[in-house]
Amino acid sequence: MRSFTYERARTPAEAASAVATMRGAKFLAGGTNLLDLMKLEIEAPSHLVDVQDLDFGEIADTDDGGIRIGAMVSNTMLSAHPRVRRDYAVLTRAIQAGASGQLRNKATTAGNLLQRTRCSYFYDTNMPCNKRRPGDGCSAIGGSSRQLGVIGISDSCIATYPGDMAVAMRVLDAVVETVTPDGSTRSIPIADFHRLWGDTPQEETVLERGELITAVTLPRPRGGKHFYHKVRDRRSYAFALVSVAAVIQDDQTGQVAFGGVAPKPWRVPEAEELLPQGAAAVVSRAFAEARPTDQNKFKIPLAERTLAGIIADARS
Amino acid sequence: MPLRMKINGEARELELDTRTTLLDALREHLQLTGTKKGCDHGQCGACTVIVNGERINSCLSLAVQHEGDEITTIEGLGTPGDLHPMQAAFVKHDGYQCGYCTPGQICSAVSVLKEIRNGVPSHVTDDLAGDIGLSNIELRERMSGNICRCGAYSNIAEAMTEVAEA
Repeated sequence: MRSFTYERARTPAEAASAVATMRGAKFLAGGTNLLDLMKLEIEAPSHLVDVQDLDFGEIADTDDGGIRIGAMVSNTMLSAHPRVRRDYAVLTRAIQAGASGQLRNKATTAGNLLQRTRCSYFYDTNMPCNKRRPGDGCSAIGGSSRQLGVIGISDSCIATYPGDMAVAMRVLDAVVETVTPDGSTRSIPIADFHRLWGDTPQEETVLERGELITAVTLPRPRGGKHFYHKVRDRRSYAFALVSVAAVIQDDQTGQVAFGGVAPKPWRVPEAEELLPQGAAAVVSRAFAEARPTDQNKFKIPLAERTLAGIIADARS
Repeated sequence: MPLRMKINGEARELELDTRTTLLDALREHLQLTGTKKGCDHGQCGACTVIVNGERINSCLSLAVQHEGDEITTIEGLGTPGDLHPMQAAFVKHDGYQCGYCTPGQICSAVSVLKEIRNGVPSHVTDDLAGDIGLSNIELRERMSGNICRCGAYSNIAEAMTEVAEA
């Protein structure tokens, strides 16, 4: 691990300013992903700004009937919160489908949104990777791609956003709240938060340098039945091959997003309008522009079957 | 950097490089070698310790993140003459073979029962509104972050069941 200096921020403005002005500085929240990558020197910050003392640890009701989740709320606390279990069960299900108990206790809400891809070539520093070293080339294209993306990918990168929590937040229309180094605040709909890779796969979100996530808000509950079905190589503690988050109403309408397939939680409004017609219609529209490899083309029928299972459960 | 933590009930002061993980601080600087280093990347669970009442992977945490924290390691759960009930149950049910993963398994197992008591649901909990049962599958799901190469899983689950029902 490269050496670095360390500070604990006392205010959000101080944290944002420190990361904006110090070359090589990064925020540190739970650290479960960052420290893993620092050990491999994939991440090599020269300075860490620990934000654990900021007042971001609460879940509170909002005036419009939703909830506001502090950026430092742990995955465990969020998934176990009584209102989340009752009103946003898809979020509890998604979080509990990811990682291990130890990691969920330390991992934070903001950190989970910012976790980096698990593409094996991103992790293998002996191999070219445009995300690690822009312009280096992509080893995954033409390489081992079974786990990787089928849609929203580019000629520079075919990695996926690996998380589960954000896929549920996508169907709930979450909003990411931030503070910028100049002290202003911003509300970013989660649909716009993660970028598609394009020619710059090293840029994974729309956050600017020094912009700090303070909270994630969820709008008022939309009722319905909540599902998060995740298909993976092991039954526990593995990343998704395909996951499906859905909220389905009695009239069969609803929201649906797919994980494990794209650089961001994949939700296509025109596709989910087809929910009453069944899984084949939805998936055929949602994945119309898919560019899978021979190794990962199975993900599209797998997504259809996973959604079909959810629709059947919703009707029963 | 200077660092103060309360480890197994005892206040300790250390001077550490910022890069030192909590795991290395325990093992290399405090000689608490009960906590084990397996993968050092949060995948195996051998380094599991209890921080402020919650289990975490000590390999994926910098020691400097834990200023003022209360840490419990396997050495703090019980002693050879006064075993923690979970340690005694692991011995009774043969919940290990080589023993390398055992300190992490036991710290995790103790925490799992607390998490169930506190109403934290899991991936296999059917009803998010109801009480959480202590089924074998519920215990196994919650222990999936602790790998045992010897494959003592079924005996570990039996040890946990005995402690949970005591």
